[in-house]
Amino acid sequence: MDPISALGQGLLVALQPMNLLFALVGVLLGTAVGVLPGIGPALTVALLLPVTFKLDPAGSLIMFAGVYYGGMYGGSTTAILINTPGESASLATMLEGNKMAKAGRGGPALATAAIGSFVAGTIATVGIVFLAPWLVEVAIRFGPEDYFALMCIAFITVSATFGSSPIRGLTSLFIGLALGLVGIDKLTGQSRMHFGVPELLDGIEITTLAVGLFAVGEALYVASRRHLVQETIEPVRGSLWMTAQDWARSWKPWLRGAMFGFPIGALPAGGAEIPTFLSYSTERQLTKYPQEFGHGAIEGVAGPEAANNASAAGTLVPLLTLGLPTSATAAMMLAGFQQYGLNPGPLLFAERPDLVWGLIASLFIANAMLLILNLPLVGLWVRLLSIPQPWLYAGILVFATMGTIAAKPSVVELIMLAVFGVMGFLMRRYDYPIAPVVIGLILGPVAEQQLRRALAISLGDPLVLVESPMSATLLAIAVIALVAPFVMRGLGKFKAETD
Amino acid sequence: MQSQDRRVDPAGIVVAVLLAALAGVIIWDMTTLQITQTYGVGPKAMPIVVAVGLSLLAIGNLVLAFRRDFPQREQAAHLPIILILGGLVAVIVLIAIGGGFIPAVTILFAATATAFGRRAILTDLAIGFVLGTAAYLMFAKLLSLSLPMGPIERLF
Repeated sequence: MDPISALGQGLLVALQPMNLLFALVGVLLGTAVGVLPGIGPALTVALLLPVTFKLDPAGSLIMFAGVYYGGMYGGSTTAILINTPGESASLATMLEGNKMAKAGRGGPALATAAIGSFVAGTIATVGIVFLAPWLVEVAIRFGPEDYFALMCIAFITVSATFGSSPIRGLTSLFIGLALGLVGIDKLTGQSRMHFGVPELLDGIEITTLAVGLFAVGEALYVASRRHLVQETIEPVRGSLWMTAQDWARSWKPWLRGAMFGFPIGALPAGGAEIPTFLSYSTERQLTKYPQEFGHGAIEGVAGPEAANNASAAGTLVPLLTLGLPTSATAAMMLAGFQQYGLNPGPLLFAERPDLVWGLIASLFIANAMLLILNLPLVGLWVRLLSIPQPWLYAGILVFATMGTIAAKPSVVELIMLAVFGVMGFLMRRYDYPIAPVVIGLILGPVAEQQLRRALAISLGDPLVLVESPMSATLLAIAVIALVAPFVMRGLGKFKAETD
Repeated sequence: MQSQDRRVDPAGIVVAVLLAALAGVIIWDMTTLQITQTYGVGPKAMPIVVAVGLSLLAIGNLVLAFRRDFPQREQAAHLPIILILGGLVAVIVLIAIGGGFIPAVTILFAATATAFGRRAILTDLAIGFVLGTAAYLMFAKLLSLSLPMGPIERLF
C-alpha cells in the first residue's frame, strides 16, 4: 500500500469521534502536565499507562501521542517563562526565550515557539509518512542478529556517545540491563534474580521504574535543594501576537530547525539536544541581528523549538518501524504498546495498519489542535505555573503512588517505587543520566531474546553475528560509537596539552 | 570543573563498590540456575555479560573518583528527604495493614507539602483527603481500577 492511501485510511480511523476525543484529552493533558515544572512527557505517559490499560488500544495510543506532542509544547512554555527547562531538549529554547520574556516579549516568544512547533511537527510527520513504509521494507528482511546489532547501536548511542560522560551513561545503562534480568526467562522458563519474592517473577514493571526515577526522584531532588534556588515566573506582558518583523525573522529558522531535528531524531541514536543546539548555533551565525543574541533574539527561540519538535516526531520512526525506543518518552510509548500485547515493527504495519496509520494520522490532528489550544489559551496554561510548589509535588506523588498500585496491586510494588525514587535522587545528584536505565530495562530483555534466537538458528555459532553484512556493519558502527567519545576526549586532552 | 581539594571523591568509591556488589549478586544468582542444554546460549549468558559490564564500570567509576571527575554538589537538606520518604513508608505500612488508599495518600500529601516548606499540616491533610477521595472515586469507580480498599473506601 502506498503511503498516501495508507495515510488516508489512517485519517478515517483518527477522525472517528471517539479517537478525536482521545487526541483532545491527550493534548490537553500533555500541555497541562508539560507546563508544570518537573514533569516531562515521559513521566506523563508513565503515569497514564496504568490508568488506561482497560481502554481501547487505538484510542489510548492516540492519546499517548497527543501527550507526547503536548508535553513538548508545554515544556517550551516553562522554559520561556521560568528559567528551568523541563528537559534537556528545551535548554536551547530557554537561552533566548527567557531573555525575551524578561524584556517583555514573552508573548511573541511563546507564539513563535508554538507556531514553529506546529510547522516543524507537521513537516516531520510528513517525513514519518514517507520514511516509515520504506524502513519497514528494509526491516522486513532483518534477521534476529540484525535486530540485536541495531539494539547495540541504540544502547551505545543513547548512553555513551552523546552524554556528558560515557562511563556515567554506560553505568546507567547497565543498571537498567541488570534490572531487566529480573523475572522468568521467556525462552526457558527459568526465573532469575527473584530472591524468593513472587512479585519479582513477572519482572520489574517499567512504569514503576519510570515513575520512581522521574517523579519520586525529582521530588526528592527538588526538595533537597529548595533552599538554594528561587524560581521566578516572568509574567507575559504586552502583545501575544508576533509582528510582521517577528514573522519574517522566524519562518526560516522554523524550516531549518525541522531539517536538523527530523533526520537526527529518526536515526536510531536519539537525543533532541544535538539538533536543538545545532539549530541554535546555526541561527546565531546566520542572523542579521547578532547583537540581539544573548539578549532575546527571536531566531534563537524559533529554530531550537522547531528542531525539538521535529526530532520528537523523528524518534517515532525507529519506534514504530523497528520497535526501537531512543528516548525515555519513546520507551514509555513502547511500554504503552506492550501493555496491549502489541510489538511495534514491520509486523505491526502488516497486521494492524489501521492502528499504526491511525496513530500517524492522529499526529497531524494533535499538532493542529495544539496550535489552536496554545495560541489563545496560553494565559490559561501560564496560570498552572502559579500552583504552589508544595501542593504541586504533593499531588505528583499522590498520582505516582496511585499509578503504581493500580498497575500491580501489591505492597512490593510500592517498596520498589520508593527504592527507585531514592536511586533517581542519587543519580540526579551525582550526575548519572536517567533515560538509559529505562531504555536498558525495556530493551535489554528484547536484545537478549534476539541474540539467543540468532544463536539458536546458527546452532550456537557466534560468527552468525558478523556473517550477515547488515549486522556486521551495524555492530561496527556500535563499536565506533562506543570508542569515539573516549578517543575524541583523548585527542582533546592531547590538543590541550600541546597548545 | 574539578574540585579544589586533592582528595579522592568518596561518592565515586561508593558507586564502584555498589556496582561490583551488584555484579556479584548477579553471578551468584546465575549459579543457582539449573543447566538445561539448548542450542546457542542459555539463560546464563546475559547475566554474565551484564556482570562483566558492571565490573568494568566499577573500575571506570573508580577511575573517575580518583581523577575527582565528579560534579560539585551543594549541601542537600536532610529534613525534606526524610519527610518525603517517611510519607512513602507510611503509605506502604498503611496499605500493607489494610488501611486503604485514601488515608495513605492523605498522609503522603501532607508530608510532601511539609517537605516543600508548608507549615499547615491540618489544612494539607484536608486537601490530601479531598484529593485522594476524588482520585479514588474517579479511577476506582469510573475507570474500575483496583485500588487498595480500607474502611473509608468501603463506604462508597
